[in-house]
Amino acid sequence: MKLDVQHIKRILGFVFLIGFQIGLANTWTVCSNCENSSIKETILRAAPHDTLLIEKGTYKEFEILVDKPLVIKGIGYPIVDGEKKGEIFRITSDDVTLDGLFVINVGVSYTKDNAAIRVVQSKNFLIQNMVLEQLFFGIYLEKSSHGKVYHNRIIGEAVDEYNSGNGIQLWYSSDIEVAKNHVQGTRDGIYLEFSDRITISDNVSMDNLRYGLHFMFSNHDVYTRNTFENNGAGVAVMFSKFITMKNNTFRKNWGTAAYGMLLKEITDAEIVGNIFEENTIGINIEGSNRIKYLNNDFIGNGWAIRVVGACYTNSFKGNNFLYNSFDISYNSKLNDNVFEGNFWSSYTGYDLDKDGVGDVPYRPVKLFSYVVNRTPETIVLLRSLFMDIIDFSERVSPVFTPDNLKDAQPLMKIRP
Amino acid sequence: MLKILKYSFYDLIRSRWSYVYFLFYLALGFVLLFLNNDVSKAVITLMNVIIVLIPLIGTIFGVMYYYNSREFTELLLAQPIKRSSIFMGQYFGVAGSLTLSLVLGLGIPFVLYGLLRSNAIFDFSLLLITGAFLTFIFVGLSFVIAISNENKIKGFGYAVLLWLFLAVVYDGLFLMSLIVFEEYPLDTFSLVATALNPIDLSRILILLKLDISALLGYTGAIFKKFFGTDLGFLISIAILLLWTILPILGLRYKAGKKDF
Amino acid sequence: MTIAINNLHKRFGKNQVLKGIDLSIDEGRIYAILGPNGSGKTTLIKSILGMVIPDKGEISVLEQSIKKGWKYRKKIDYLPQIANFPPNIKVKELINMIKDLRNAPSTEAELIQLFGLEPFLNKKLSTLSGGTKQKVNIILTFMFDSPLIILDEPTTGLDPRALIRLKELIQKEKTNGKTILITSHIMQFVEETADEILYLLEGEIYFKGSIQKLLEQTKQTNFEHAIAAITTGSHA
Repeated sequence: MKLDVQHIKRILGFVFLIGFQIGLANTWTVCSNCENSSIKETILRAAPHDTLLIEKGTYKEFEILVDKPLVIKGIGYPIVDGEKKGEIFRITSDDVTLDGLFVINVGVSYTKDNAAIRVVQSKNFLIQNMVLEQLFFGIYLEKSSHGKVYHNRIIGEAVDEYNSGNGIQLWYSSDIEVAKNHVQGTRDGIYLEFSDRITISDNVSMDNLRYGLHFMFSNHDVYTRNTFENNGAGVAVMFSKFITMKNNTFRKNWGTAAYGMLLKEITDAEIVGNIFEENTIGINIEGSNRIKYLNNDFIGNGWAIRVVGACYTNSFKGNNFLYNSFDISYNSKLNDNVFEGNFWSSYTGYDLDKDGVGDVPYRPVKLFSYVVNRTPETIVLLRSLFMDIIDFSERVSPVFTPDNLKDAQPLMKIRP
Repeated sequence: MLKILKYSFYDLIRSRWSYVYFLFYLALGFVLLFLNNDVSKAVITLMNVIIVLIPLIGTIFGVMYYYNSREFTELLLAQPIKRSSIFMGQYFGVAGSLTLSLVLGLGIPFVLYGLLRSNAIFDFSLLLITGAFLTFIFVGLSFVIAISNENKIKGFGYAVLLWLFLAVVYDGLFLMSLIVFEEYPLDTFSLVATALNPIDLSRILILLKLDISALLGYTGAIFKKFFGTDLGFLISIAILLLWTILPILGLRYKAGKKDF
Repeated sequence: MTIAINNLHKRFGKNQVLKGIDLSIDEGRIYAILGPNGSGKTTLIKSILGMVIPDKGEISVLEQSIKKGWKYRKKIDYLPQIANFPPNIKVKELINMIKDLRNAPSTEAELIQLFGLEPFLNKKLSTLSGGTKQKVNIILTFMFDSPLIILDEPTTGLDPRALIRLKELIQKEKTNGKTILITSHIMQFVEETADEILYLLEGEIYFKGSIQKLLEQTKQTNFEHAIAAITTGSHA
């Protein structure tokens, strides 16, 4: 019997263990005609670490509070319709996964930043494969960390800045990965404020009212291989330090204040291997120091680089400047930046010693760019014979442009 | 008129100068493409050539042809041909043969280079169209100058001055007035001033394709409308047409009143 | 009446060239228009051709007012004073071109033979001598069959042989009933060919009549002297 009791104990222990396991990972199916027809109520019933499978259908719900670790997964993209009544998902617990839902109709408010998905003070979240439409704010991460926003599609219809929100917003958050998302038609595609150590990669941010990507007071962030197209401005980096920007593409950001990239009061950044194509201004630099610009391509921009205000100890090396209306524009006579070993398509010098480096320095700043800075209407005289003559004489003996602003080693051939 | 055109045209395409002009463009095209290997850069260089050189050559050719064919013109005047037909025929003969030299001279190297496969085809045909317009405009203007001046030297002088004015001086004055009056809204002024000079207009037309990024940086609303849409392109073409027609009308008028 | 001119005025700048010319040219006669340099001979001819546009007055050719018309020129063969042709084309091409332009039957073959121009047919006009060019000019004028022929200094640069041919040609056209206007400085040529003299002086017709009448009026026996004497007023 002794043996038996021990045996039963073992069996009971085993059963208990299995029961506990099942209890831990209970799966709840939600559908319109099921027992569980509401996401909100099912969450209330569910235990931590349960999984909710949302079947295809339309769920008219808002202010869905996820306050325990759950996996909420849509099957065949069920629609969660907030009916413009307010916020839709609010995550306040760690370890939450949202996957494969179609979330629409976020309530627009002038007092609250309603979001389709808001994550508050949580860790280890995963938001993926979501489609968000008819929104105010898309995904709003608030004081959260160590999460991942992956492969979502956020499509807004923003018309005015005052009543539109950002696609993905990070506020006081850190150590988050934002990858392979597609954001369009919002105010700022991706917005970071007081957020450090964020990795942003392979996203597409286009047709946004203000910026494709916007940094404020955020440090040590990295963004790579993103595409920013036709935004008010591609990327704005402001009051931030140690940002690394690599292999991104900035295209067709056209307009009066449209930039591929706007740098304002930032330091110690690295801008490497990016492509700036057909922007009104490729990079607009204001009060930014110790930045390295390496191996970028500036193609067909109005102004490849426009330097406004004091910028010191920046270096521009190995970049290709191809067919920009203006390569560099300065508004001061001082220069403390280094241009070296770039390729300039409008360089007309020669290379007698055949070392691949032009024998005559290239002066990338045209006098005409000063004239245009002063009187913008003069842009209509771009490429006129008269301006060419003036530019030529300025190039021969600089009067208005900084004398030391030159590339003493211009490449003869384009950097591949 | 067509008969006169035919003979003027044949006469011109057999003249040495047409060949020089043709060969110049041919050489230019080959040098730009085959020494440079870069269509985009070639298009930019060509634009400079086109807006400066074509008006100059059109002007000089037009004046030269008019004065050189004076006696022949008189021979024709005694024939039973309408007066305006004679001058129109000669005008279209000169402008046509110059345009042909331009199109063939630049077209052959570009086609050989494989332009048809490159995406610069539109920019390139725009260059040729603008070039053709400028040729017709400046040949027309030079004919009007020549028909108004019996004195060869004078006519030649006026024609070259006209070119110099429109190609360089005008832009200088334009720039100065923009800077002097920079406190005032200058949108309309700049657009009108651009339209009043066919060289500037052609330049803008090409810029709309080449430097649209820069042009869109400008704040003016009218500008934006003009540069930002196809409207600007259509209006530019329309004004260029007007510029082509005006000298022709002038020529007809002068021809109708002139004694030979 | 082949040509009727009524009160024709023309001014070039300050220079009043024609001051009210009244003139009628009858069919089938040869008229020589004479006068000192600058008297308005060429202007008169060019007015008839429509190359000079009169300030005032009427011109009609073959009973048709010429104002703004051009078709009447089909009835006129004109030989201009200086024959300067497009340099790049060949003689043959020029002839064909004028034929093409006028679109009328022509007799250039016999004229080419008459003036011995066969060797030059395939030469460019720029390579021809002045006399040869004038022969081309004559061919271009006479190859059509028009009732009115106007010759401005037709003898320029012609060798004696060609001159004789030209005179024969003029006589032949006269017998065909054509009206011919000639200006020339060669008085002997005028005396030989003209039926009637029109003498222009300072924009007016100073004398109109036959050579015989001129001689009588100036009391001279020599035509050349008569012309020289015409302006001295001794005949008045």
